[in-house]
Amino acid sequence: MTTETVGSVEASASGPTSTGSRATMVLGIVTLIALAVLVLFGLILSPADESQGDSVRIMYVHVPSATLSYVGCFLTAIGSAVYLWRKSQWWELVAYAGAEVAALFTAFTLITGMLWGRPTWGVFWVWDARLTSEALLMLLLLGYLAVRRLAADYDVRAKRAAIIGLLLVPNVIIVRQSVQWWRTLHQTPTLSLSGAEIQGLMLFSLFTGFIAITLVFIWMVIHRFRVAWLEEQLEAEGLDTAIAERRAEGVIS
Amino acid sequence: MKARVAVMVMLSDAWLIARKDLKLEIRSRVAINQVIPFALLVLVLFAFALDPDRGLLEKATPGLYWIAVLFSGLLAMQRAFSLEAADGVTDALRLSGLSPSGIYLGKTLSVAAQLLVLEVLLGVGVAVLYGTSITGWLLLMATIVVATAAISTAGTLFGVVAAGLRVRETLLPLLLLPVLAPVLIGATRAFEAALSGTPSEGWPWVGLMSVFAAVYAVAGILGFGPLMEES
Repeated sequence: MTTETVGSVEASASGPTSTGSRATMVLGIVTLIALAVLVLFGLILSPADESQGDSVRIMYVHVPSATLSYVGCFLTAIGSAVYLWRKSQWWELVAYAGAEVAALFTAFTLITGMLWGRPTWGVFWVWDARLTSEALLMLLLLGYLAVRRLAADYDVRAKRAAIIGLLLVPNVIIVRQSVQWWRTLHQTPTLSLSGAEIQGLMLFSLFTGFIAITLVFIWMVIHRFRVAWLEEQLEAEGLDTAIAERRAEGVIS
Repeated sequence: MKARVAVMVMLSDAWLIARKDLKLEIRSRVAINQVIPFALLVLVLFAFALDPDRGLLEKATPGLYWIAVLFSGLLAMQRAFSLEAADGVTDALRLSGLSPSGIYLGKTLSVAAQLLVLEVLLGVGVAVLYGTSITGWLLLMATIVVATAAISTAGTLFGVVAAGLRVRETLLPLLLLPVLAPVLIGATRAFEAALSGTPSEGWPWVGLMSVFAAVYAVAGILGFGPLMEES
């Protein structure tokens, strides 16, 4: 080992060395059990809605994933801020993992929302404030990910992505506000889930949904973080190895 | 006292950069020879796409106007940074000792000046070509000023995020347009309110766009330094 690798070994001592660990294996099993419970309550035990019928069951995964897509954005903003402030790669990768999982959850929210909208409203898409701002959030996240995945030096893409990540939260707030006004000036919001009264088994199913989907979210962020960490570590190590090899060639000749 | 000196330095640096960029634009004539004709071309294309006889053009004037501003403004913003990409100008700027916040503000000013010229010409364009009668001057002017500030503060910040990359031409629209969506909505609604003779509905949008511009101006002033260090 050359002196260059010492730095990365020290750095990796504070990070993961593989994608799995005992703790996350337990977390994974708990997540699977929670999902099974969700399927049981969401699809079998809970009753169909009087007005919406069976399509109400989509709500048990739709509402939690919408909430968690916002949580992912906050994670990205916080990670980006700490990275810019402290230059901590650990936090930068948390931001990256958060954004990627948030994009996935946003896409899932939009798809489940459309699947629910079709039987309920008769159309896949309505220009409702909530739908529109979620779609814009998806595009903002894709922009962040496009910058983060640039073929450039780590510092370049990390720093530029962090600026965008930091602006995610004010962006989402302004977008939500503008879209809200945009629609409410013309018509009252088309859907309001809070207006629908849910209770009993349906409320419990939604509660189960929140727990199960949150566990999935945590599991995914942790694993995505580990993969990203190992990727960066590998890249750094590959560079060190290459430098060491070139040096060795120099010694021989 | 120290903070005041820093602000003065920032503003004079901004003035220097803005003058340099505008002088370059005036001498190279790219804005006049290419960006403005492109903007007018967009107006003509809208007329082809929407049948001019059905009154659709007049009804949709606010939206079409701002879409034309955004698309042709994108060209101007791309240019503000492709200027710097050539011949190692970025390194020269970094070595010049100008304050990064000043460079940001200067670039923003020069983009804003170009956008204003573009907007005035496009305004004449829609009035003539689409036969839109123009009312509510005060609101229209306020909207143009605030929307220009919002577009140029955000555009300059995202412009530097995309600057110096091989993919910048495709990256900038992807980053910038979703971010500018609230400005498009706000400016369009404010214009609609002014043209339909109900200006009181338009003022909240001017407020929203001012908040947007302020957020991005602060983000740009603070974030430009770190962004200029690398790349």
